[in-house]
This record gives sequence, C-alpha cells and structure tokens, in this order.
Amino acid sequence: MGQATLEVQRISGHAGAAPGAGTQRDLKVCKLIDVTTCIGCKACEVACLEWNGLPIRETVFDNTYQTMPDTTWDFWNLIKFNEHTTDDGNFMWLMRKDQCMHCAEPGCLVACPADGAIVQYANGIVDFQQEKCIGCGYCISGCPFNIPKFNSATKKVFKCTLCSDRVGQGLEPACIKTCPTGCLHFGTKEDMTMLAESRAKQLRDVSGFKNAGVYDPQGVGGTHVIYVLHDTTKPEAYGGLPADPSIPWSVKLWKSPLKWLGNLAMVGGIIGVTLHYLRFGPKVVEEHTAGAKGDRP
Amino acid sequence: MSANRIMRYNFGERVNHWISGLSYTYLLITGLAFWSPYMFWMVILVGGGPAARFWHPWVGLMFSASMLWMYNIWSRDMRATKEDMAWKDAFGQYIRNEDDQLPPAGRFNWGQKQFFWVMLYAMLGLLISGVGLWFVDYIPWNLRYLRYASVLVHVVCALISIGAFIIHVYMGTAMVRGGFTSIIRGEVTSDWAKLHHRLWYEKMTGGTAASSRK
Repeated sequence: MGQATLEVQRISGHAGAAPGAGTQRDLKVCKLIDVTTCIGCKACEVACLEWNGLPIRETVFDNTYQTMPDTTWDFWNLIKFNEHTTDDGNFMWLMRKDQCMHCAEPGCLVACPADGAIVQYANGIVDFQQEKCIGCGYCISGCPFNIPKFNSATKKVFKCTLCSDRVGQGLEPACIKTCPTGCLHFGTKEDMTMLAESRAKQLRDVSGFKNAGVYDPQGVGGTHVIYVLHDTTKPEAYGGLPADPSIPWSVKLWKSPLKWLGNLAMVGGIIGVTLHYLRFGPKVVEEHTAGAKGDRP
Repeated sequence: MSANRIMRYNFGERVNHWISGLSYTYLLITGLAFWSPYMFWMVILVGGGPAARFWHPWVGLMFSASMLWMYNIWSRDMRATKEDMAWKDAFGQYIRNEDDQLPPAGRFNWGQKQFFWVMLYAMLGLLISGVGLWFVDYIPWNLRYLRYASVLVHVVCALISIGAFIIHVYMGTAMVRGGFTSIIRGEVTSDWAKLHHRLWYEKMTGGTAASSRK
C-alpha cells in the first residue's frame, strides 16, 4: 500500500518517458479459497495461530473432523467439514476455510460506536483496533458471517486480520503461505477474480460441476475473501455460508433512518419545551394563606 | 412541618425517585455516546469508552430494580381513574397554564401517570433487549434474529424514554414551580396541593378545599 505513492512519475536527465510512469496499481487485495482443492489438512489453522501468537489449544470434538464447532476469539481460521449428498446420490466432503470475509461494506464497522475501533484500509482489509475497542459487541450483531468473537477476560473483540501486518510489508497472509495444495491464493482483487472465474469455468466444462462458480457476495459490496464453490446455488451446504449476506436489517434501520429521526426528535423535544417556557412560562402557585412563615403580606 | 405544608413524597419515595433519576442520567449519557459518533465524546465524562460500556449494563440493572421498586410503591396511585379522563380532555388548558379551569386531579395527574407507565414499559423493553446486547455472544447463530431485534428494541425504547424524560425534567424543574423542591424535601404548600392535586389534597386533609382553609 505504502509503495503505491513511490511510483515514478518523472526522472531527471532521462531521455524519453520515465519507465513505468502512469502505471495504475490495483490496491485492493484478495484471498481466493478454491474449496474444490482443499484437502482439510488444517495447516492454515496452525499457521494462523503461529503467526498471530495465539495458543495451541485443545480441540472440541463434535463427531466431525472439525477442530471445534466455530471460530473463537483466539482461533480465527477454521476448516468447516460438511458431509454432503449430491443430487445423484453420491457422497461429497465439502471443506471450507472459514474466517473473516473482509466485506467491502462491513456490517461490523457500520455497527461499531467506538471511534477508530474498526478500520477499513484502502487495500480492503477490515481490521479491529483492540486499544480503541470498548467491548460493546455491536460488531457481533452487525456481522452477517458470525465472525467477530468476544474475549470476556479482556472485554475486546477479535477476528482474522487478513494478516494486515504481513500484507503491509508486501507478504502474503500466513494461511496462504502454508497451504500445501495451492487451494489458497493471494493477490489483487482483479487477478483473484479472474483466476477464480477461470477455475470455475474449468470445473463446469471439464469436471462436470454444472453449478460451479465464484462466491463474492454483492449484498455486502463484494468481499476481499472469495470462494470457488462446486455449487454456488447451495452455499449453505458449506457449513452455513449465507446465500445472500447483507448487513442485518435492524442495524441498517438503526444506523440510518432511526438515527436521524431520533436526533431530530431529541432536538425537537428540547426546542419544544424551550418554546413552551417562552410562550407560557412557569406554573406559579399564588400563596393565599396569611400568617405562615414565608408568605407574602 | 408547618401548618400549611403537606408531606407529598416520603423519604423512601424520594430515595427511590433519585436512584431512578440519577441512574437514568448515567444511562442517558453513556447511551447517547454509543448512539452517535458526534456524542461519543461524552464517555470522557464517565471515565472513557470501556468504563462506560462496562458500567452501562450494571447501572441499567440498578435502574430496572429501582423502577420495579417504584412500581411496587406507586402503581396503585398510577392507575387511571374517571377523574383522569376529564383532566385529559382539558389537557390543552394544562399546556396553556390555565390550571384554575382544569378538572381536579388526584395524587398524580393523567400526564404524570402516562410518564410513569411509559418509563416502566420502556424499562422492561430496555432490560430485555439490554440482556440480549450484553450477552450477544451467547445468542447462538441460528437465533441471530434475537441479536438483530435486541439492537432495534433497545434503540426504540431508549428514544421513547428520552422523549418522556425531556418533558419530565422540564416540567419538574422549570415549568411546575414547587415540583422540584417537593421531590427533594418531600413537602408542598397547601395552595400548591389545592391547585395541582385537589382531590389528593382533600383526601389528605380530610375535607373540602373550603373547609380546610384557615
């Protein structure tokens, strides 16, 4: 991101145009997860813990191969294992790497009331700044993917950072680095979208997955983590990936019309009582009783 | 108590009122800070964002408990009566300060009763939705509509209560002179009671307004 401002525009004493001048660089990054080539090895889970300094912990067994039922505040990257029966009666094992989707229109950021606790970088990464977080949990209500998780000890919320610290230094995220099958890719949004589309086409044309496609939900403005799915018509089969995610209706209602109606009503109320006082004044009781202390003569 | 003064709110009622009022004020300040970025600065008044967020639900429980106490001691006095309906029909005269033309009111007039019930029901909505917001991470994903509903119910109940609160504070301090001292020291004058709460005054003094005049 920082290097973008160091692109050469002009060079002194140089014959002809400066090489590379006017080059447009796509700042938007993207993680591509091709679920069709995931083998469920969980190397990405380990790499995530290692890079982010999170503890290796006991797994929670729930009769699946999953490490635990859901991501937690200190476990941001989880392969979801789903046994799936196809329409022609065959068995398929759907494995999907679950983590923050880094939405272009993030529900967490919209819902957050704390100044600067959630930021969206120009490269598309949505990052939590725990030192600014007040621990209210509104981001948990705002997320359509159930990603932010509350740490009740520190009263802060955590999630996948897309390794913003690595990406800022020109490195790929830790999960990408470790993936042994090449199911994970990292690059610009444009490149990843093209790669995903060509892979989906291959799946449709060659591998017989007629509904293969790219998951880049437009209800949240697109995401900076995209999937290639065998069947885009049934994203729910992949461990509850929502078919058409968007910011929850109540958060939208709260953050736009209700906020302004409420502000208007509160200011109107204060103006209203002030005008009442100016027009009608106070209710003063005239004291008729004579002789008692404090009475007027 | 001097001869022309009447005890309107006993010590317990005053303590109850001010636990409710002060805890509500804290909830209002912190709640408005969470409501709008333009008011987030108000968390400075109460020790910063995390402190405000930590105490808001606990003070909310205190407010709720105080309101239930208030319900326990005042609900009987707060039920609408036939006299209230006549008073309600003459509401415009109350607004215009034509109090001498109003039908007589009991211990609480129709407006005060409305305020009590609005705050009580708003408190119930805020309490239930507040528990949902407090323990949002315990609401399972397949019941996520409860998360969404909590956000909305909390906001709507808060706004309704704020509207009522603005009117209440205005009336209690600026508009109805004598009201503020009555909820602090407990006493009102006979003339105040006669004008604003004639039925209650007659009940307290055991006679009509004329016969109780010195």
